[in-house]
Amino acid sequence: MIISALAFYFFAGILVLSSVLVITAKNPVHSVLFLILAFFNSAGLFILLGAEFVGMIMVIVYVGAVAVLFLFVVMMLDISFADLRKGAMQYVPIGLIIGAVLLFELIAVFGTWSMSDDKLANLAAPSPGESVSNTQALGKIIYTDYVLAFQGAGLILFVAMVGAIVLTHRRRPGVRRQSVAEQHARKPEDVLKVQKVTPGTGV
Amino acid sequence: MDLNLVPLLPEIFLAISAMGLLLVGANFGNESTKVISWYAALAAFVAIMITLNVPSDEEAVLNGLFKLDLFASVMKIIILIGVIASISLSVRYLIQQGIARFEYPILILLSAVGMMVMVSANNMLSLYVGLELQSLALYVLAAFNRNSLKSSEAGIKYFILGALSSGFLLFGISLIYGFTGTIDFEVIQNTLMATETIGFGVTFGLVFILAGLAFKVSAVPFHMWTPDVYQGAPTCVTAFFAMVPKIAAMGLLMRLLFEPFGIMADQWGQIVYFLAVASMIVGAFAAIAQDNIKRLLAYSSIGNMGYVLIGIVAGNEVGASAVMLYLFIYMIMTAGVFAVVLCMRRNDHVLENISDLSGLSRHNPALAYGMAILMFSMAGIPPFAGFFGKLAIFNAAVEAELYVLAVVGVLTSVIGAYYYLRIIKVMFFDEPVDAYDSGFPLARKIVLTLSVLFIVGFIIKPGVVLNAMQAAASSLFVG
Repeated sequence: MIISALAFYFFAGILVLSSVLVITAKNPVHSVLFLILAFFNSAGLFILLGAEFVGMIMVIVYVGAVAVLFLFVVMMLDISFADLRKGAMQYVPIGLIIGAVLLFELIAVFGTWSMSDDKLANLAAPSPGESVSNTQALGKIIYTDYVLAFQGAGLILFVAMVGAIVLTHRRRPGVRRQSVAEQHARKPEDVLKVQKVTPGTGV
Repeated sequence: MDLNLVPLLPEIFLAISAMGLLLVGANFGNESTKVISWYAALAAFVAIMITLNVPSDEEAVLNGLFKLDLFASVMKIIILIGVIASISLSVRYLIQQGIARFEYPILILLSAVGMMVMVSANNMLSLYVGLELQSLALYVLAAFNRNSLKSSEAGIKYFILGALSSGFLLFGISLIYGFTGTIDFEVIQNTLMATETIGFGVTFGLVFILAGLAFKVSAVPFHMWTPDVYQGAPTCVTAFFAMVPKIAAMGLLMRLLFEPFGIMADQWGQIVYFLAVASMIVGAFAAIAQDNIKRLLAYSSIGNMGYVLIGIVAGNEVGASAVMLYLFIYMIMTAGVFAVVLCMRRNDHVLENISDLSGLSRHNPALAYGMAILMFSMAGIPPFAGFFGKLAIFNAAVEAELYVLAVVGVLTSVIGAYYYLRIIKVMFFDEPVDAYDSGFPLARKIVLTLSVLFIVGFIIKPGVVLNAMQAAASSLFVG
């Protein structure tokens, strides 16, 4: 018990600290690196909750893909983050006020938090216990009971792909492309010329 | 596992046709935009036919994720009619603006699939998936003219605010799940009915969900994005935005509020009440100061969403059928108005100012009279269809004893009449400027003619539409 509590505070503490550093770090590359640290720690929190699948996905998707993508964008695009941040300080007071109000409201909600008596009976897919692993349990329902949501998510990714191409793909003129069919259709006669060269005269 | 896919046939058909058309487009390039657009419109038409022939059923399928009751069927047909109209309006405009890319009709079809899932959602998960599918396609469409700074700005603005509102929605859903332990609408409804004191957390969650959805229907105070996005996006995209997505969002809102949260009507009633009043007032007053016709129509749509929300506050069958009738009539009117707005070009330049309409009656009387009828209808002047929409809404408000709402609604529609009538004044009485570029495409003329015919002819046989709406509304209150 005490170990899991310690682990929780360890992960949660580093998570909060690195999130703060993400937005305060001067160097954008450092920000991204702190973001990666934050993702790792939230993955740790998920594993503590017993959701090891979500934790691993967190590492693979967020650290492996999203954060690396951020890093690429930060390094490749010439964006002056100092300029972007200029003038942002004037919004700090109002931001703090709104944040404080939201915090108090959330405390009010969680202070009076109650749950329905039927809560446990209502669970659509209760945790199957220790014998079945998390990944297996998810796999059992995601392609059967929740196939609509699964396919819908697929369509969303499809739209994202089409959208990315629509918004960024530009057809450049004068680009030489490989045409396999043309290459295969080439015959020796088309490109080769056999010439008889008599010695001493040149071509 | 229950795998009854029959109720999903329209969605499946549309999704597959979108993918097939994408393949065709990838093969033939942007020259095929026109052909693909018409095939997309045809696909939407076939989807209407399928929807008409699939039996609607009160039972949810696919593990309770999806429900095709009569309400969903009627909403889907309205959405698909809007899709056909907006594709027909777009084709020539895209070519004229040099942004004819074959992905355009495909994105519209895919967002239509999202909207159809939204109105059929019977679970928070399918609700969210449908909503995101719809929104993601809309973000791309808003930025479709990527060489224009304004269009890109519209896309970014819409995307960031939309992502924020999705965050609100998800947070709200998580609070509801925290209380009830379920995301299924029917189970939520039963649980809330069985609970004596509904926790503070549920109300809080409902508020967050409402904030997220109010953004999608652009109700005040979540309307800030609307004028900028409407102005920045290409006009044919604006036409689509003004006509279709709000219908899906309203349908979703109705299902959510009447079915799972029906028992909490006292609590959401106050919020929607406020949204309705604020939208009507802001929509009426802010539109007066606009010079750009797209911004004017944006504020007009905010105001109109306010009237629609009155019907939701009423919270009964009369209100629900009034909402559907209003949405349908509003969609048809908007299609006609945008058909005229899309014709506004001179020397190959798009015109967007209201003053550019001046003297239209001399150069192009047919267009001017069509627009005048549409504006009279928008202002709610009898005997046009717009009047009956408003009448149904105010009737529902009075029946539910919401007198204040009805009075505010009547007052704001009088104020709104000012700017609609101003357009008529500009068209008929102002000094004419040069004529527009001639050669309006046939599809645009057909959309305008059908729209005007519907508006004028609605009074002759209102029963056809009314009965369908009433039957659909009553299916919403069966449970």
